[in-house]
Amino acid sequence: MSVPAEKKEKISVPFDYNKYLRPGKLPHIWCPGCGHGIVLKAMLRAIDKLGIDKDNVCVVSGIGCSSRTPGYVDFNTLHTLHGRALSFATGIKLARPDMKVIVVTGDGDALAIGGNHFIHTCRRNIDITALVFTNAIYGMTGGQYSPTTPLESIATTSRYGNIEPPFDTCEMAKAAGATFVARGTAYHTLELEKTIYEALMHKGTSVVDIIDACPTYFGRMNKYKSATHMMEAMEKDGTVSVKQVDKLPPEKVAGKMLRGVLHKIDRPEYCEQYALLVQEKAQAKSK
Amino acid sequence: MGDAAKKLPRIEINPKLCKGCSICVDFCPTNVLEMRGTCVAVKDLAACTRCQLCDLRCPDFAIQVFD
Repeated sequence: MSVPAEKKEKISVPFDYNKYLRPGKLPHIWCPGCGHGIVLKAMLRAIDKLGIDKDNVCVVSGIGCSSRTPGYVDFNTLHTLHGRALSFATGIKLARPDMKVIVVTGDGDALAIGGNHFIHTCRRNIDITALVFTNAIYGMTGGQYSPTTPLESIATTSRYGNIEPPFDTCEMAKAAGATFVARGTAYHTLELEKTIYEALMHKGTSVVDIIDACPTYFGRMNKYKSATHMMEAMEKDGTVSVKQVDKLPPEKVAGKMLRGVLHKIDRPEYCEQYALLVQEKAQAKSK
Repeated sequence: MGDAAKKLPRIEINPKLCKGCSICVDFCPTNVLEMRGTCVAVKDLAACTRCQLCDLRCPDFAIQVFD
């Protein structure tokens, strides 16, 4: 097969992931075809782009498949209670405001068990990056439906189809007050890397909803043939980029999720406000 | 084509990490890879365009393309 000459020049040396991985921890526990590994790689590339020291990054997680991530990465890591990752991260950020705090959480972890913590972290606008791995199922406990399971899909606890309408993570984060809200997918890997990089650079709470596939539970019960089929059906055909949405006819956009940076505003950040308050009160006392 | 264009890439596969999900095989635009049992293997190295899609979408850190 012939390849255009200009494409041949776009060669890059592969990214050295071992720099950021803990030696001897691989292979990871995720199932064959699970999207979490792809998202982890995008996250590592985005952190590498930041160019900061490994000791100045803290990765916090709760419980679930996605929350196994900190076990494999060589940063400061913390594996905490189910749903409470954002609260622990708030504590870390207040104690060490110079540290880059990243919360890796699943959809059930962030929106069901830790729903309360999620909205209040967004409300405070503390400088934390929350990556919500949305695989639409509780994979670790056997495939129960989660707050983002689409209507009518089959799960272990909804054998005749799910009748609960799902959450839109991005709308919820926006409504709760997060200042950077974006969505990415494991299929669009390079786009996801850029989105995570932008989220990390943003000052304030940034939430990235990442659609990835669970072929073992969601895929098998909903008649997806393979991990590839699932990625193409859910991530490629199920989402549309915000840059293209205006140009497309309405029937092509109907029922699809938007991908890209959906919301970005500037609002006072919590740690800065707290430092100002402390300074103000200390000065008033010393007078 | 010059000599530089004919230079073959080096595809490194780690059989200890590959779980056989076949994502790299399905997404390879030039069908360089194939499944052999539960591990991926190189079928046609000359067709590789070094696009790195297999590396980008491998969830298991098992495959990398070196120039």
